[in-house]
Amino acid sequence: MSRTDATARTGAAPEEPPATGPADGPGVVIDGADRPAIRVATPDAATPDAATSDVATPDAATPDAATSDVATSDAAASGGAPASTPPGGAMPDAGASGAPARARPVAGTWRLLRSELGLTFRRPRNLVLLALLAVVPVVIGVVLRAMGGGGPSIIAQAAGNGLMLTFGAMSVVAQLHLPLAVAVVAGDAVAGEAGTGTLRYLLTAPAGRTRLLLVKFADIAVYAAAACAVVTAAALLTGLALFPAGPVTLLSGTTISFADGLLRVLAVTGYAAVGMAAFGAVGLAVSTLTEAPIGAVAATVGAVVCSNIFGLIPQLEPVRPYLITSWWGEFDGVLRDPVAVDTMTQGLLVFAAYIAVFGTVAWARFTGRDITG
Amino acid sequence: MNATLTGEGAHEAAPPPLAPAASTGDCAIVTRGLTKRFRGGQVAVDDLHLAVPRGAVYGFLGPNGSGKTTTIRMLLGLVAPTGGGWELLGRPMPAGLAAALPGVGALVEGPAFYPYLSGAANLLRYDAADPTADGRTARARVAAVLDRVGLSAAAGKRYRAYSLGMRQRLAIAATLLGPRELLVLDEPTNGLDPQGTREVRALVKQVAAGGTTVFVSSHLLAEVEQMCTHVGVMRGGRLAAQGPIAELRAGRAPLVRVLTPDAARAAAVLERLGLSGARAAGEEAVAEIGDLPPERACAELVDAGVAVRGFTVARPSLEEVFVGLTGEGFDVEN
Ligand SMILES: Nc1ncnc2c1ncn2[C@@H]1O[C@H](COP(=O)(O)OP(=O)(O)OP(=O)(O)O)[C@@H](O)[C@H]1O
Ligand SMILES: [Mg+2]
Repeated sequence: MSRTDATARTGAAPEEPPATGPADGPGVVIDGADRPAIRVATPDAATPDAATSDVATPDAATPDAATSDVATSDAAASGGAPASTPPGGAMPDAGASGAPARARPVAGTWRLLRSELGLTFRRPRNLVLLALLAVVPVVIGVVLRAMGGGGPSIIAQAAGNGLMLTFGAMSVVAQLHLPLAVAVVAGDAVAGEAGTGTLRYLLTAPAGRTRLLLVKFADIAVYAAAACAVVTAAALLTGLALFPAGPVTLLSGTTISFADGLLRVLAVTGYAAVGMAAFGAVGLAVSTLTEAPIGAVAATVGAVVCSNIFGLIPQLEPVRPYLITSWWGEFDGVLRDPVAVDTMTQGLLVFAAYIAVFGTVAWARFTGRDITG
Repeated sequence: MNATLTGEGAHEAAPPPLAPAASTGDCAIVTRGLTKRFRGGQVAVDDLHLAVPRGAVYGFLGPNGSGKTTTIRMLLGLVAPTGGGWELLGRPMPAGLAAALPGVGALVEGPAFYPYLSGAANLLRYDAADPTADGRTARARVAAVLDRVGLSAAAGKRYRAYSLGMRQRLAIAATLLGPRELLVLDEPTNGLDPQGTREVRALVKQVAAGGTTVFVSSHLLAEVEQMCTHVGVMRGGRLAAQGPIAELRAGRAPLVRVLTPDAARAAAVLERLGLSGARAAGEEAVAEIGDLPPERACAELVDAGVAVRGFTVARPSLEEVFVGLTGEGFDVEN
């Protein structure tokens, strides 16, 4: 590089001088064994062919010329002022002139949450999961219609009243389908960003670690609620399309109005949403432990499967109340008159405890962690 | 004097130690003994004392694995140092991170974006993460920075479909989203074509002309030399030298280099002529030429019967000084 630049400085052809073969002797420089070229540097430079010999006069060898050996390709660079205009020309400059920008804690956080929700609800994967959730109640309804209903189970009761399909469908999807969808979003929440490296740019923006984690959790909770709402809506539509609608006969034998029944459907959806959000906290905590989103999702789903299995083993009966999976389907209370709140309250307390514990784990891990991805 | 450069024997250009930047009074970045020992026991950055004056364009140089990126990660609060402390824009860190970072545009170890989003949507995403950024002006600012890096035409294209150079430009655009007091650019010209490299240089100069301090890392001196006012050179996690680039330039004594089979004899002749630092290495004798006219040295050598095959007088290039500071060879140091 220095060679070509030196050539350019002296106004000679920018190409390498043609090889003339090595020659010995004083005052002759053999410059580079691989491509021999002769350069004679002398005050008495009476060289006939400037292209083949690189003449550097004493004047040219001022310290400045010697030092700026790489400063030729960008002519603008050697001057002090930026002579060349950037592509696109002028713009409001990112100079240091303005006063330090104030933080907008509320508007800014709301904006980040909207951005987060936009990502979550625009990702095809997450939408496919929601669509699959919508399919489950439809399948249950169609099967029920085809086989005919009857019997005491919640699902079978849907044959008598379309509204009951929502309760039946929710109790089915709450054990695996819903947690699966939530696990995908929650497990990916931090690990996905860490894996692709976007996390470092969010944090230098600066999103703030605690703030980002809170926004991530809010996003997961909204997705969990949306997933539950999708199940309810699909079940409601299917139930009303395939089965009779009208006043609902509860498990306790009393009958309530259709509107009252709808309210109870809402209550169940809300209960399931809180349960799924609590599970989302578990997924979020796992997500802060790794940079591999697939691993985080798999571990979170694995936790659900294990928890479900533990719930089936009689010897582990004492552990059951502490398992989050034990509480997801515990919304029978709304189907009694008056509503039996105690079981659901316990469930909500367990969910709150899960959010507190795993939220703390996620926070402790995420705020203390090196972001090297 | 001859200014022909041979580009060889760089390591022999023993550089004078540069004076440490004297005052840390008005600095955009100051580190005091910053150290990072990773959990495996690897010390990536060791007792680093950086001083980046405000308004400077600071070239942070070092070969692969010398700890540049780790330093930058620590400065930005991504990685917690295991020792020492630092200040950013006059604020003690890490306590002042939230206050300082909105004024800092950062490019760390290459671009990272959401592949399924467009370039503009990606920038909006990062802008949304900044609590000081105004959402109402976001679109205009995004359009302006995309224009500034020459990506306007590709603004609506998905990031997945961007070329390497476009990705790098987008990352540079992201650093300019807000009003910045400091830009931290980790190898900003990676993957850019010569035209893109030139544009980045021009952009850096333009930003610096607006008063913004620029801290730019590179493993190639030539990449940053033209735009830097200061340099710091890393070697194996330690700072080998730091100071204004003019000092680095000034500290280089011109060397006479004699190619000969009688290297030892040539070195003796040069020493007899009163040249300092005369030494022989293989088929080459080297000494600092000082005020001695080169033609005299040459004549003396020939008179003494030294078979001179090559004779050069050259001031070591900055590149050579740089290689001398950082060590040679392709092996990544540990
Ligand atoms: N997360 C990590 N865990 C352990 N060692 C690490 C980690 N990150 C970096 N290192 C080590 O720290 C040293 C410095 O790495 P760093 O990435 O800072 O170098 P660099 O100067 O940026 O190199 P390059 O020019 O290749 O980008 C290397 O030896 C690297 O192996
Ligand atoms: Mg690096």
